[in-house]
Amino acid sequence: MKAKVLKKELLSPKLYRFDVEASRIAKKTQPGQFVILRVNEEGERIPLTVADFDREKGTITLIFQEVGASTELLAQLEPGEEILDFVGPLGQKSEIEPGIGTVVCIGGGVGIAPVYPIARGMKQAGNKVISILGARNKDILIMEEEMRAISDEIFITTDDGSYGVKGFVTTALQQIVDRGEKIDRIYAIGPVVMMKSVVEATRPLGIKTIVSLNPVMVDGTGMCGCCRVEVGGETRFACVDGPEFDGHLVDFDGLRARQAMYREMEAREKDHVCRIGLGRDE
Amino acid sequence: MMALSLTKHPMPEQDPKVRAHNFNEVALGYDEETAVAEAERCLNCKVPQCRTGCPVGVNIPGFIAKIKARDYDGAIATIKESNSLPAVCGRVCPQENQCEKHCILGKKGEPVGIGRLERFAADREMAQNKEIVPMEFAKDAQKVAIIGAGPAGLTCAGDLARKGYRVTIFEALHTAGGVLSYGIPEFRLPKDDIVKKEIANLEKLGVKIEVDVVVGQLYTIDELMEEEGFDAVFVGTGAGLPHFMNIPGENLNGVYSANEFLTRCNLMKAYRFPEYATPLRVGNAVAVVGGGNVAMDAARTALRLGAEHVYIVYRRGEDELPARREEAHHAKEEGVDFQLLNNPVEIMSDGKGWVRALKCIRMELGEPDESGRRSPKAVKGSEFELPVDTVVIAIGQGPNPIVASTTPGMETNKRGNIVADEETCATTKPGVFAGGDIVTGAATVILAMGAGKKAAAAIDAYLKEKRGA
Repeated sequence: MKAKVLKKELLSPKLYRFDVEASRIAKKTQPGQFVILRVNEEGERIPLTVADFDREKGTITLIFQEVGASTELLAQLEPGEEILDFVGPLGQKSEIEPGIGTVVCIGGGVGIAPVYPIARGMKQAGNKVISILGARNKDILIMEEEMRAISDEIFITTDDGSYGVKGFVTTALQQIVDRGEKIDRIYAIGPVVMMKSVVEATRPLGIKTIVSLNPVMVDGTGMCGCCRVEVGGETRFACVDGPEFDGHLVDFDGLRARQAMYREMEAREKDHVCRIGLGRDE
Repeated sequence: MMALSLTKHPMPEQDPKVRAHNFNEVALGYDEETAVAEAERCLNCKVPQCRTGCPVGVNIPGFIAKIKARDYDGAIATIKESNSLPAVCGRVCPQENQCEKHCILGKKGEPVGIGRLERFAADREMAQNKEIVPMEFAKDAQKVAIIGAGPAGLTCAGDLARKGYRVTIFEALHTAGGVLSYGIPEFRLPKDDIVKKEIANLEKLGVKIEVDVVVGQLYTIDELMEEEGFDAVFVGTGAGLPHFMNIPGENLNGVYSANEFLTRCNLMKAYRFPEYATPLRVGNAVAVVGGGNVAMDAARTALRLGAEHVYIVYRRGEDELPARREEAHHAKEEGVDFQLLNNPVEIMSDGKGWVRALKCIRMELGEPDESGRRSPKAVKGSEFELPVDTVVIAIGQGPNPIVASTTPGMETNKRGNIVADEETCATTKPGVFAGGDIVTGAATVILAMGAGKKAAAAIDAYLKEKRGA
């Protein structure tokens, strides 16, 4: 169905927040799920994890980075304009329940967005939430306030030390472990490298670590198998079996290789001169 | 009386060398004189056997007689009594295993070109752009939800709308048509000229189509019936779960399911990349694994996308190919290289995450198995590598579980297919009917349409009883 952009905000260069009118989808969406959208007739189907949903206002919040032609097209939409196709909710919801205990919610870069509803859900269910937000630098850190509001404790890490702890999310995680905090579950969402390093850090500690994967997808309903990923030696479809999986079982190298499948073709395409006059302001 | 020709009037086709590089339709259709001449081959048998081979029971001699008499409106009206998508069926039905298989002329020569005549009548009507008169629904007309806008759902919807029910089709993808849109390529079934027109006609009739709705996620069937006011539901979600072979290397870059390969090309129009943003990397040498219509479609699509060498790798022999004969023939004409009696055992990596070759083992045919086909056995030590950079797996599809897994009370079998009565399509959940590939496993467009038809009749009976008529 069509979905109108209600609000558009530039969070940092190339990083946008959209509030989209989609009341039926908002009513059904649970933390951990995603939507697929297609901006116009010629557009790709883009999967985006839901950053927030408001059942009363009937809105879905998306936070996305301009990384290719399709997200650039999306970024050009202005409030009042419509996304041609907006499908959801898709995928399995996060397993949020009371009594888990202490949950560490780790978001890296734009991955902080999908962590937010999970962390909030964990908090509402009565668990202790410690959040770790990682960004390359202070300027591109997002959702700090929102995350602070629903966390019992929050750590910020930046690669360059421009804010919070200098280092990576694993640096902060190590601090939490070192002080003897008993961690019952970890959620880690962000770039593949980040998720992999979190998983490698928690593997020897035996802490259940859930990751949310973002492979290339087409239909999002399990029909094409494009998003297949090896989990525990078995091929699973991220769109219907995931997007969340037990991080200790995920073949991250395979995932990374598959994500690069179209990079070359799309890079070649970037050099072309747009025939419909879309500029590229880089 | 003229001597009867033993062969069908040939179908005008695009030259194989030319068409292997474009996506325009391969078969061009009979013109009027050819159609009438072909119709004259029909003997109008007293006991027409052809009809027994048609899953929807089209009055074949009836419509052929009308073409003979140049009453084309009469011909299409006769077909439409039992088939609501004749332009589609005239193109994609496996006639050689159905109506034409029973034609008496086939005993000595070639059967009447029933499919070609059906297409002629349908295309002729379509070209006239006739006004569709919208149904007038009663204020208190009962509501039926149809899940999946493929051949089964579209047929069921059309029949029910014409009976006066308010029908809404929920389609998961952004375009209606199911396999007609995402699966069967443009060069076999034109989208704008045929599929979209058929769907638009249904909408003009009064059928509501809601795309982008994944039932099982946005609504469950229970919610449709309890909260959204639907009195009955038909599930026609098709065979939407690709099978892989479970051999090493299947997750390498360059390996596709046929569903993905064809969806990117047909639904997302990757063949018009970069005008359309969805890419499809086809490579130079492509191996398509499988011998059915889907495999032929994928192989011929790969050629058209610019692959230099395209193989069909199939573990049985020529006679066992499940594809329509015409599709295999067209593929060969266009230059597809058939590697029969070969079974893939591994997809080899180039060391950088991409496909380098398909390792196969040679097969020989043994005794016939339960399906009546001679079962293949591997020849020890006969492994070899086929140098390819793309592999498309086209070995079949299973049922997509999204709807069934969210519908308590609707039984599935151990394969995950929905259990439904063969005659009424009724599932084990009252008011819910199912038909097509989701029940039978991957089959044909016409069988799905047949199921949609049966279901429409059964839903009509169910709803009549429900309202106490």
